[in-house]
Amino acid sequence: MERKPLALTVLDILSALSLLIATYLALFYAPTEAVMGAVQRVFYFHVATAWVGLLGFLAAGFAGVMYLVRHDLKWDVIEVAAVEISLVFFFIAIALGSIWARPVWNTWWTWDPRLTTAAITELVYLAYFMLRQGIEEVERRARFGAVYTLIGAVSAPVTFMAIRLFRTIHPVLFGASSEAAKGEFSLAPGMRVAFFFALFAFTILFVDLFWHRIRLGRLAARVDQARLQAG
Amino acid sequence: MKPRAPFLQSVWAILWKDLAAELRSRELFSGMFIFALLVIVIFNFAMELDVATRRSVTAGVLWTTFFFAGTIGLSRSMAMEKDRGSLDGLLLAPVDRAAIYFGKMLGNLLFMLLVEALILPLYSFLYNQNLFNGGLFLVILLGSLGYAAVGTLLASMSIQARTRDLLLPILLFPVLLPLVIGAVKASGGYLSGAAREEILPFLNLLLTYDVIFLSISYMLFDSVIEE
Amino acid sequence: MIEVQRLMKRFGPKVVLRGLDFSAHAGEFVALLGPNGAGKTTFLRILASLSRPTAGVVRIGGYALPQEAAAVRRTLGVVSHQTLLYGDLTAEENLLFYARLYGIEHAGQRVKEVLELVGLERRRADLVRTFSRGMQQRLSIGRALLHDPQVLLLDEPYTGLDQDASAILDQILRTVAAQGRTILLTSHDLARAEDLATRFDVLSRGRIVASAGREALHHSGLLAFYRQALEAA
Repeated sequence: MERKPLALTVLDILSALSLLIATYLALFYAPTEAVMGAVQRVFYFHVATAWVGLLGFLAAGFAGVMYLVRHDLKWDVIEVAAVEISLVFFFIAIALGSIWARPVWNTWWTWDPRLTTAAITELVYLAYFMLRQGIEEVERRARFGAVYTLIGAVSAPVTFMAIRLFRTIHPVLFGASSEAAKGEFSLAPGMRVAFFFALFAFTILFVDLFWHRIRLGRLAARVDQARLQAG
Repeated sequence: MKPRAPFLQSVWAILWKDLAAELRSRELFSGMFIFALLVIVIFNFAMELDVATRRSVTAGVLWTTFFFAGTIGLSRSMAMEKDRGSLDGLLLAPVDRAAIYFGKMLGNLLFMLLVEALILPLYSFLYNQNLFNGGLFLVILLGSLGYAAVGTLLASMSIQARTRDLLLPILLFPVLLPLVIGAVKASGGYLSGAAREEILPFLNLLLTYDVIFLSISYMLFDSVIEE
Repeated sequence: MIEVQRLMKRFGPKVVLRGLDFSAHAGEFVALLGPNGAGKTTFLRILASLSRPTAGVVRIGGYALPQEAAAVRRTLGVVSHQTLLYGDLTAEENLLFYARLYGIEHAGQRVKEVLELVGLERRRADLVRTFSRGMQQRLSIGRALLHDPQVLLLDEPYTGLDQDASAILDQILRTVAAQGRTILLTSHDLARAEDLATRFDVLSRGRIVASAGREALHHSGLLAFYRQALEAA
């Protein structure tokens, strides 16, 4: 049995701490937004979780390319880890977005490009897991997984552009225009600190989870191998 | 010794084979066509396609019909290859894998266009709406091309999985959204006589989609069929 | 003609071929025997360029796999228990299609010759869908011979054939072997293999564990040799 690396334990503690601080900053330190009120505080976690989703999305695409070039199952394990993290965090981001949208736009859901692209990516990833489930043979599963991840990675930006062409009402950040009625606002200095710290904390969390999940995947592969040898 | 048959000859051989088999059985075509017809009938009662609604939803109804019918064609065309293990037959031949992709893709595109060519006049007849429109034809060509491009790749994957036919729409539809938007908006624009500047962005979108997905599917096809 | 050294094939964690060495001279008819799961089909799929070796050297007709796959594919004819034919095409159309894929000149003439060889010239205009299993298998051999390959690989070609069909298949294989092609055949049916092949190799757990020529078997018989080889391994 492989021992848990010390660096990973340190990372566990670090991500727990930074999450605590980020929560404090978002809930107490940052000033209340004038128009939207307290609900705007969900924004710090909404963006940060979406950011983790995006990191996972990029990592999955990269791992997909690497698998098709190298045909090394290591990259398949990494890809699955990235897709899983992305799936979970995009889901959280979408849920938080809904909580924010309800009082501000008076609707749970808007067909905004970013939100919809994230939702479509969720569907792509669910399809990805269905595809994998339908294939027993390890290498073919890895190959098809990589191919579909790449198709998903390429389609996401096109989907985004297509929906933007369709219509948009998402707030544009940092744009200081006074369109508060549409949900736009500018970041006050206190908000800025909370915002960037949340991004930082969730980036650490991403690395931590990614590492754990890859490790889990490797151990699972070893269990499979041991079972085969025993059988 | 020639290392392989010329590219175009192989593409043509595969296309010819699909056409000859289909002319015989007409399974694929009749399946797609009857299914498309049923979808339109269902839409009629589900949405009350009266004159006012029709103007706004015709493009949407048409494309939904085409895309749903298309999955039947894609599954069937790849199933034919897998039926007697023929995919191995294609792989054993000294042909460029890209030729296999383009051969199958062109066949899928052709069957789709054929079904569309029949559905359009039928829709016009049923709802007394003139669909004879050069712009619409262009949109249909571009939309079907993108659909066949990515559909051929995904169908050759789903056919090798245990869940087969169930899997294809689930894999295909999430990546089809830009095509749906482009095709429906551009068709709607042409049908309502919108200005060219309003339609152009959506035509561009279709064209972008076609180029991107044709090239990536062509690049990835090797990985899908070769072990 | 076929040269294989230290061939390894792994499917994920599962090792199927573990350092397989094999070679066959031009004109040899080798029967590859072994229990289910020994790796026969995997080995043939690698030779047929349908599957990539994990490690090792594979050369057919002087061309290396997988690097020179296109050249190898021209040298090879492959028959598997799947017929690789299209049910909605006629026998002639099936062969014409493959002839085009192989870039064969005067395809019509060649297709006629092959149909005669496998005894299907009378049924050439009938749909393959209507053929019996035996006729499909014969046509499948015709498909494999279209481009006049030097090497013929046959994976369990007798599966699902009745007595008559098997006898006809024997006949065809004898003719083909007499033309000086190298043939590699896998089969469960020891008696059949004993009649046809000039050499017998036993595959067990991903390795060739024994090999003997026809002369060496004269007194003991193939079955005894096969049992002995598996026990020793």
